[in-house]
Amino acid sequence: MTTIDLDATKFEAEKLFQRKRLIGFGIPAVIAVYFVYIFFAFDLPGLAGRANMENAVTLASDSWSHKVHVTRDNRSGEITYAVEGERKGRYPEGQRPDWVTGDDAIIIDLGREHIVRYLPDNRTEIEIPGFQLIEAQAEGRTVTTNLPDDLPDWISASDRRVGITTPEGRITLTGARTEVFNYFPGWELFWFTLDSPYYGQSLATILFGDQIDPARGNITGAISDWWNNAMWRHKDVAWAIGETILMAFLGTMGAAIIALPLGFLAAKRFSPFMLVRAATRRLFDFVRGVDALIWTVVLARAFGPGPLTGALAILITDTGTFGKIFSEALENVDQKQIEGVASTGAKPLQRYRFGVIPQIVPVLLAQILYFLESNTRSATIIGAITGGGIGLMLTQAIQTQKDWEEVAYYIVLIIAMVMFMDWFSGWLRGKLIGRKD
Amino acid sequence: MADISLSGAPQNVDGIQASYMAQVQRRRLYGGLTLLIFVVLMVSGFNVADDRNAGGFWDGLHQIGDYPADVLSEAWEKRADLPALIAKYFPALVETINIAAVSTLIGAIGGLFLSLLGTRGLAKWPRLIPLFRRISDIMRAVPEIVIALVLIFVLGGGPVPAMIAIAIHTAGALAKMFSEVSENTDLKAVEGLASTGATWSQRMLLGVLPQVAPNYVSYTLLRFEINIRASAILGFVGAGGLGYELRNSMAWGPGRFDEAAAIFILLFGTIVFFDQVSSRYRNRLTEGQGQ
Repeated sequence: MTTIDLDATKFEAEKLFQRKRLIGFGIPAVIAVYFVYIFFAFDLPGLAGRANMENAVTLASDSWSHKVHVTRDNRSGEITYAVEGERKGRYPEGQRPDWVTGDDAIIIDLGREHIVRYLPDNRTEIEIPGFQLIEAQAEGRTVTTNLPDDLPDWISASDRRVGITTPEGRITLTGARTEVFNYFPGWELFWFTLDSPYYGQSLATILFGDQIDPARGNITGAISDWWNNAMWRHKDVAWAIGETILMAFLGTMGAAIIALPLGFLAAKRFSPFMLVRAATRRLFDFVRGVDALIWTVVLARAFGPGPLTGALAILITDTGTFGKIFSEALENVDQKQIEGVASTGAKPLQRYRFGVIPQIVPVLLAQILYFLESNTRSATIIGAITGGGIGLMLTQAIQTQKDWEEVAYYIVLIIAMVMFMDWFSGWLRGKLIGRKD
Repeated sequence: MADISLSGAPQNVDGIQASYMAQVQRRRLYGGLTLLIFVVLMVSGFNVADDRNAGGFWDGLHQIGDYPADVLSEAWEKRADLPALIAKYFPALVETINIAAVSTLIGAIGGLFLSLLGTRGLAKWPRLIPLFRRISDIMRAVPEIVIALVLIFVLGGGPVPAMIAIAIHTAGALAKMFSEVSENTDLKAVEGLASTGATWSQRMLLGVLPQVAPNYVSYTLLRFEINIRASAILGFVGAGGLGYELRNSMAWGPGRFDEAAAIFILLFGTIVFFDQVSSRYRNRLTEGQGQ
């Protein structure tokens, strides 16, 4: 080898190095520039202003705790006790939480010496350690208090509304009513609502103890009361999850059934007519390109909201995806097996059945099962748009902006559902076509 | 043949045929039963879905064309305005694409770390492999809409909640696909680097990434296609971009169908365009590896 040759090689190598160096620094630089552009395009500096940290705090604390409202209607003088302030969580007549005492003057002990007293004539006294005794009088539409002008930031007061937030609970006073919110950890009434005879009973009592409700056996009664729990709606939630899985199942399987014959039409080997082939492929591209969102919108107009609409939207979109995958699998089948079957005198349909299908079944099943799992997630999202399944319940719970513990419950259920479907489809794949590893 | 004669049992053709036929029959029975169960599930599932839907399937079937026809006819009447409308909604389209691109990038970076930390042989802390795998499983299982809706409540509407939501899901999904690739990497390069005293990040950057980069990029491109669709859908629940505009224009109803049509066209064109571009590059990447 001469020196000239070596120089040329060295030059080549240097050029290669330089190019690599350029790529090595260039790509991260481009990405960094893009992030800077996004930083301003998405207005991240302004995000801090728009973000509502109070919402975040409510969300974080409400999702694992509940509050009990003690409300005095200042017109009628009636006092109600209700979990989360909901009618379904109201304590039955004559019952109240054990931290409330007194008859003429209702004494509410919020804990750690925070005490609220509902006195006759719509007067209220609030004792907070380290602060003066607050006295308030509700009259018509106004509230008069003895609060000083200089208020700490946990008290907001005007002549219409006074709000006091303490670590032990919250108190709001308006002319029309006086409310105390006492917070407790846990998801209250998750098993039984207050009107159920099983409320407050331990599991052992229900299983082995004496009959609680004379009309029903303990276990059947407890299950039925839990299932029909009006606060947590276990029955509706179970139905909603069923609907979501149903959407994914119907959509995926329906798409596979439709896409298989169409896949033959789109595969070069099985479809001699160029025009048919091209038309089928364009059809696949079209239904895939329109996307589930638009199909959902269009189908919801025809079928109304519900699981069927979601199932059909998944079906139509995935027909395109499956058609593409199936036709690619069909192009790659081994001709030898088909020839072998043909040599026994098999007719075309038999050739497909015994020569082609066995070859593509593993690919087909693997894809279908993978999509079944992925469509469970899509069905949750489509459900939120088209109004069906657990997706709808989640959006509704978030939009009401108060039942954060229900939101947390639904999120847990959704994640569990998707992980179950993931596990299930993997298990089924292992059973049907053998494990990959 | 040798096996059969070795097993010792007296075998004649009739016996073999009979047992073969019995086997075939049993297989057919099982196959038939599976098919039957499947058909029953499909039919009953369809009936349940039909029952719980607001409108019935058979009543709605002939109305499928009505809405697209309305939209198309109105768009056709106002076809002169269409270019202007497309220009009007182009910024929203850019936002949708940006959401998808940023979340894919962030998700890919996150997925890269999760996969490297969760792969046997490559992990920095081998004891924490199960932890990182569970993290990516959970990130993958959370549908984007869950995180998006919660973040919209806290951060207000706009592209950022969608971006974070899609990025989280993408990181989980890519971590799984990446670790399938990185499990098959040749560890010789890593060991060679380790012998020179390279740190973990140097080993990963110089020993692993060059091996897996084509597959990683290919998966990331595939994910980008999926994320464009996802970001359009999330817009529909209030996260900005084209989906948000679509919901608004649909809420207006007739009279504004030309706007809906413009958005449909933009969305369809974008999805098809990016599908084609990314599938071309993906083919090139995976073919290039074979050579």
